[in-house]
Amino acid sequence: MPRKPWLGVTLVAVALVLAPIVVGASLGNAWVRVLDFAALYVMLALGLNIVVGFAGLLDLGYIAFYAVGAYLYALLASPHLGLHWPVWAVLPLGALVAGVFGVLLGAPTLRLRGDYLAIVTLGFGEIIRIFLNNLNAPINITNGPKGIARIDPITLFGHPLSKPIDFLGITFSGVMLYYYLFVVLALGIVFVGIRLQDSRIGRAWVAIREDEVAAKACGINTRNIKLLAFAMGASFGGISGGLFAGFQEFVSPESFGLLESVMVLCMVVLGGMGHIPGVILGGVLLSILPEAFRHGAAPLQHALFGKVVLDPEALRMLLFGLALIAVMLYRPAGLWPEPRHRRELAK
Amino acid sequence: MKVLLEAGKVSKRFGGVQALKDVSLTINSGEIYGLIGPNGAGKTTFFNVLTGLYPRDGGEIRFAGELLHLANPHEVARAGIARTFQNIRLFGNMTARENVMVGRHLRTRAGVVGAVLRDRATRDEETALRRRADELLRYVGIEHRADDIARHLAYGDQRRLEIARALATEPKLLALDEPAAGMNATETAALKSLIEGLRADGLTVLLIEHDVRLVMGLCDRVAVLDYGEKIAEDVPAAVQANRQVIEAYLGSPA
Repeated sequence: MPRKPWLGVTLVAVALVLAPIVVGASLGNAWVRVLDFAALYVMLALGLNIVVGFAGLLDLGYIAFYAVGAYLYALLASPHLGLHWPVWAVLPLGALVAGVFGVLLGAPTLRLRGDYLAIVTLGFGEIIRIFLNNLNAPINITNGPKGIARIDPITLFGHPLSKPIDFLGITFSGVMLYYYLFVVLALGIVFVGIRLQDSRIGRAWVAIREDEVAAKACGINTRNIKLLAFAMGASFGGISGGLFAGFQEFVSPESFGLLESVMVLCMVVLGGMGHIPGVILGGVLLSILPEAFRHGAAPLQHALFGKVVLDPEALRMLLFGLALIAVMLYRPAGLWPEPRHRRELAK
Repeated sequence: MKVLLEAGKVSKRFGGVQALKDVSLTINSGEIYGLIGPNGAGKTTFFNVLTGLYPRDGGEIRFAGELLHLANPHEVARAGIARTFQNIRLFGNMTARENVMVGRHLRTRAGVVGAVLRDRATRDEETALRRRADELLRYVGIEHRADDIARHLAYGDQRRLEIARALATEPKLLALDEPAAGMNATETAALKSLIEGLRADGLTVLLIEHDVRLVMGLCDRVAVLDYGEKIAEDVPAAVQANRQVIEAYLGSPA
């Protein structure tokens, strides 16, 4: 146990504040953008962690809730329907609507577990995506595969975050401003996750994961508690999706494919299922590593062989896959699993 | 004596197998009631029907004067019936204390908002919950393992933890499914005094057990199941002498 928790907290806070400034100055804004996405993915991973990590319900369609949040934002704040709702109204609504979708997914799958649940959730994810793809006729709701463009940027205190601000002699670009918003919200979600984990509800989730029959016999209404897990997880996804839409100012169905669901699941599993710091690590690593491979592979080959031998794009997924396999072989419980053993020694 | 549980013609069928056939029995308040019978006689099936884990095919169960709603296990638990399992079912990766805390789920109220805001009521509830869990662990004699992961506990301690978790639901009737299975003589003796203590503290106990000496030494009355039917219900000595019971266990003389 760390003797000075405030020291660690201060260090992390300083690192989080300085990260985009340092990264922006040394590597450019493209990398700050990668950090933005890392924060979004951390939120997604934490939401999925509630469903998969805590309650033990394997969900392969999680990205659907991200899509729901994103499209809700796109519809309510773009010229597509002529609506321009403020972000503080759209984001909570996105969380709520995504939560309702979570319950819609959860209700028919209550008796399913493991592989069977995975298949149904996979189908659910695809249904949402296909709906988004096709809801442009007879009434144009989602604008189909063309997606919705010119979405309002997220505006705080009358300032659209897409516009840079000069402060203390530093120019904070749009991606940096988004970074700070995302990090603050991600920290909020971390807080909620930590509080939930160590609570009556959190324990009921874990009890269901560990032994559903015993949980029932202990008086847990497993139906409600499972639905709550689906709803909570989905609402985190909905918030994250809304942020994504405002940040990109464009959404289209192809951002919400199965691969994205799998990616978020990988973050949870690889980081350490059910362990919030591990899941955060998983989210950060898996959103940054592929970009690092993408940008690093070509220069590295130039340095080694004097020419580009392998296409960086192909190499990227190859290395990524190898990394996943290595982690699962050598750290099957994830990179940073729950340190249950420490509790035993701490007595 | 007051009747606590009254099962009337409970039936359960699995495909072609009649696992329970019109089983009727009454359990009085404050007694230790044994349910015995050869393997496959339907004892655990009766437990599972009683606690709502299996849907029944017929019959009804009255508990504490009211018709028991058997569709949902958690409602049975709320009514005041708690159970343990033949093959221990703990929440393996939770600590012993957390296991017992889960047992108090339906006697506590905190929801999502309370959990996130950690308001005064939630904090107080959590403190009381923790204290009660530690009391129960002390009661069954494993308070020194409170912070250990359940699956790391010794076998006998796991059995005790399961009982503590069941007690946490504040039951009127505690149903124990073969609690002495796999225990050595010393552990069984300790279990016997634990169960006697439970009764002394006002609990009614329903016990499935194979250890005949334990059943005979502990139970006030015993029911015998054979092929899903009740073939006897009486004080232990009378059941022991019952010809039908002896035949069920040993077969009839040629």
